[in-house]
Amino acid sequence: MVSLESEIIFSVFGAKITNTIIATIFVDAILIFLTFYIKRNISVIPGKIQNMAEALIAYFYDLTKQIAEKYTSVIFPWFASFFIFIFAANIMALLPGFGTLGFFHVIDGHKEFVPVLRGATSDFNTTLALATVSLGATHILAIKYNGIIGYIKKFVSFNPILLFVGILELVSEFTKLISLSFRLFGNIYAGEVVLVTISSLAAFIAPIPFLLLESIVALVQALVFAMLTMVFMSILIKPHHAEGGE
Amino acid sequence: MEFSITGGLIVALGGIFPAFAIAAIGYKAMESIGRNPESSSRILPAMLLGMAFAEAIAIYSLILAFTK
Repeated sequence: MVSLESEIIFSVFGAKITNTIIATIFVDAILIFLTFYIKRNISVIPGKIQNMAEALIAYFYDLTKQIAEKYTSVIFPWFASFFIFIFAANIMALLPGFGTLGFFHVIDGHKEFVPVLRGATSDFNTTLALATVSLGATHILAIKYNGIIGYIKKFVSFNPILLFVGILELVSEFTKLISLSFRLFGNIYAGEVVLVTISSLAAFIAPIPFLLLESIVALVQALVFAMLTMVFMSILIKPHHAEGGE
Repeated sequence: MEFSITGGLIVALGGIFPAFAIAAIGYKAMESIGRNPESSSRILPAMLLGMAFAEAIAIYSLILAFTK
């Protein structure tokens, strides 16, 4: 059984480094390396990796343009960054060695297995941090493009019905935080538990369909997180009086 | 392997309505794609988004079941 919280591997000056932090640094290193590799070999006639990257970016840019017409250039970097990071972090949890290579630790008299590497998003801390950053960026962008007065006008108003709606919208911002983080964490963590259970029952041919399922879940959950971030951003950035015009 | 009845009940009851919701979304999406096949590239992302929202409720009950 995979434990709900990530295990601490070592401490650096009092800061505890867990196995998911090591996995996050690993994902970061691979993404940065890929970025510099594509940038160094960029050419007018694209090679294979550049072709794939261009197709991906073009598809997401068109998707963003449909939803946020005027603010696409502001929202699109957030959308693409969240998607690429979360997809890479999700899918690296399926590599051999994640969750299996480790050492034994004696806790309360019995041995516990502590893996050295564990999928970055299978830790609730990571997904909560991602959701907080997404929500914080949404609100800061809304303040930047609407001014403080326009931003506050979305939530408070002198009309009592609109005031009630404003309070509900404020509460729904917090539910966005909880739902974004729990959705990603629950999907990836449950997938890891399923894989560990199946591998402990029949290690060789049986995990293959579950690995396939987990790859699809990795892609879909990254897409959902990024798309929800994009949709929330475009809803909050659009000026308030534009909706009242119809 | 220990079993917990509370955990099993939590996820069993919490998964009924999300399952119906996902089925309803998929049913309508497939019907509308069948009626208008070239709109499938606009329907598919919206369907996936709707399914992810509906599935999130089942995930909440799954997390509660894991802690029991």
